[in-house]
Amino acid sequence: MNSPLATLNKILTCSFVDGPGNRLVLFFQGCNLACSACHNPYTIGICDHCGDCVPACDPGALTLQSNKVIFNPALCDQCDACLTICPISASPMTTQFSVDDILALIRIHKPFLGGITVSGGEATMQADFVKDLFTAIKSAPDLSDLTCFIDSNGMLDIAGWQNLLPVTDGVMLDIKAFAMDLQKELTGHDTSAAQNIARVLLKAGKLYEIRYLLIPGKTDNTAELDQLVAFIQSLGLDTKVRLNAFQHHGVRGLALDQDIMPKEGVDAVVELLADAGIHNVTTPAIYQ
Amino acid sequence: MKPVSVRRSRNVPEITEKLRKITNDPTLSPAQKAHYLAVEAENMLPYPELDADVQEALDDRIICDMFEGHAPYKPRYVLPDYSIVLKNGSDYLELPVPQNLDEAINTLMIAYHHVPSVTGMPVYLGDLDNLLLPFCDGVSDDALRQKIRLFWRYLDRTLPDAFMHANIGPSDNRVARAILEIDAELGQVAPNLTFLYDPDTSTEDILRLATDNILKCSKPHIANHPVHKATFDDRGYGIVSCYNALPVAGGSSTLTRINLKAVAELSDSESHFLNEVLPRYMDMNFRLTETRISYLFDQSGFFDSFLVSEKWIDRDRFTAMYGIYAMAEAVNILQDKAALEGRYGFDDKANDLGLRISKMLSEAVEARPLKNAWQGRAMLHSQAGLSDDIEATPGIRIPYGTEPDPVSHVQALAPQHQYYPSGVSEILTIDETVKNNPEALYQLCKGALASGFREFTANVSSNDLVRVTGYMIRLSDVQKFNDQKGSRTNTTGLGAEAADLMGILDRKPRVVGHELSPGYT
Repeated sequence: MNSPLATLNKILTCSFVDGPGNRLVLFFQGCNLACSACHNPYTIGICDHCGDCVPACDPGALTLQSNKVIFNPALCDQCDACLTICPISASPMTTQFSVDDILALIRIHKPFLGGITVSGGEATMQADFVKDLFTAIKSAPDLSDLTCFIDSNGMLDIAGWQNLLPVTDGVMLDIKAFAMDLQKELTGHDTSAAQNIARVLLKAGKLYEIRYLLIPGKTDNTAELDQLVAFIQSLGLDTKVRLNAFQHHGVRGLALDQDIMPKEGVDAVVELLADAGIHNVTTPAIYQ
Repeated sequence: MKPVSVRRSRNVPEITEKLRKITNDPTLSPAQKAHYLAVEAENMLPYPELDADVQEALDDRIICDMFEGHAPYKPRYVLPDYSIVLKNGSDYLELPVPQNLDEAINTLMIAYHHVPSVTGMPVYLGDLDNLLLPFCDGVSDDALRQKIRLFWRYLDRTLPDAFMHANIGPSDNRVARAILEIDAELGQVAPNLTFLYDPDTSTEDILRLATDNILKCSKPHIANHPVHKATFDDRGYGIVSCYNALPVAGGSSTLTRINLKAVAELSDSESHFLNEVLPRYMDMNFRLTETRISYLFDQSGFFDSFLVSEKWIDRDRFTAMYGIYAMAEAVNILQDKAALEGRYGFDDKANDLGLRISKMLSEAVEARPLKNAWQGRAMLHSQAGLSDDIEATPGIRIPYGTEPDPVSHVQALAPQHQYYPSGVSEILTIDETVKNNPEALYQLCKGALASGFREFTANVSSNDLVRVTGYMIRLSDVQKFNDQKGSRTNTTGLGAEAADLMGILDRKPRVVGHELSPGYT
């Protein structure tokens, strides 16, 4: 199969938080949003081989060869100095994988898995690979019982989704904010298309979960929550909603000045949703 | 530091002082005091005669008798066939044949008090669903739950030992379901619980109930029924204590163990370890085992009991558990001696070395005839530890706090399990995010069993009820015990000791230790 290669930041072979059951998760490098509250901001950019990270790498895992930054995982001590210094929120520690590479990895872990999830970054920016991978899983007799999920910001256009959905079992969709100025403040973009994508996914029976990040003073004000309630109600009261709570783990820069979301605040939103008849709500298992 | 010798001669004032300390300890109940006083009294007797080499290895704790006591007058684990007393009643106990569920439970409640073990309390409560199902016709689900609720309360309050196991499964039945429901509702330390899972017999539904229960109260363990069944005979097996699989209507006379770390320290290389040093200590551990079994069978009079004459147990069905521990340290020491960097649990070559050691142990145990042992052989066991083991990881486990994710953990250790027919004490630490995703735990369980794990045991990190070794403690009880208030359940003392010494409660989530604290400390 002449598939494109995927540029991945990381692979987790055991995750309980990326869809139903235990999942193997591919974190794609590169995102089309630039959220200030991103908890893995080093997955946003695509390395442009500027080389700034090379001198920062004490163990010598990064070298510049023919104007390319080359990463040698064997030497890396995971100090992440390269991520800190990168001017474009990229990572030099990415690896390219073929569909066959990923299938081989899935087979090793198959007895433990409910399925696989593509996340990121924004996996749908590498939609051709995702489609090839999911198609290969669905057509392999020993893997076809695995479910294929996408964790997405919803920025892929409708035609792109229509292309992926026949081989996709479920989508976890981020809704960042409702007020346009807040969307732009948080993500740098107009993300309202994601609301329409939610309806497309719902119609296709592929909307697994709406994810909403609660940021104190931003996404938890009355106007935003009223719109969240109305939006979920329009999708259906049994829509699965996952409330995430903004924490400082992983975030950078100005976001560190932002207050974290306490459990009490999340519980208050759960109550608000429950009063509106929305009960299928998941909250963080831990706050730290 | 040389460990304390078991044969150290203690003068009378020293013993008197210890007895006095036990007698006056405000944290112990009178029953707990009586137990510790009995242990001390037994250990005032001379040890059964050992040859000088075995004595020295025992004194140096390279081999270990688990501090079972100087005069083995009862087997370490007794697993009666309780169907006998339910079918026949008991002449000795003047019990008629039970006619209904109340009488059946009452008969069992009485029976348990006549079944000894190394702790003085029963470790096996029977395959309760199979035992009670015939008495459940006409009993409503509500009535069944209420009877189980009272039964469970009775067990926890009168036999407060978390080594005590009930077994259920592999079939999906209403008694098993009621037990799972009540066990989660009450969240008690005792009894411990094992569900025997067989993909051909059990429903997926009841396995889900069982794994959902783990999220609530870290119980039950899930046993790999097809694997255990193939190990034993038609009379079957039971899971007791720290995931020991033993013959029903029998048990294990004793549990001795080898400290593989200490053996590795005495070895120059892998081949020296496998071909000379380990065989030497294995032989000594066999001699220790034989001495203890011989006392039990030939001198103690244990088998003159009504338990034998009424056929609850059969003297031919007692195995000897042949334990090993500190595999991780042994492998890493041998890797160091070979100037290899790979660590046990993480490196394929290190893991392969661990497998070679287990294979050698298994073949040596298989090759050695043993008198007064079920099928004439001992059974190899991956032993979980004592509360005073320091810098020695239980059994074949990966050292505390360094475990990889649960899937990698299972994959690293699964090939080991074939070599340990009497059980592998293994606990997977699962982070709390799984609470939002019970399906994941279910899949991990199925994956672990399909990979050859004999047992699936998991701790979810925020539960108050956690497993320290093979037994459960309540974290809040440990806190109370350390505040000098004492604990009603016997294992909390062990847990508190293990938690302090081994940093168990500081670990990522938590993994193990093992079994039994020998006496009063």
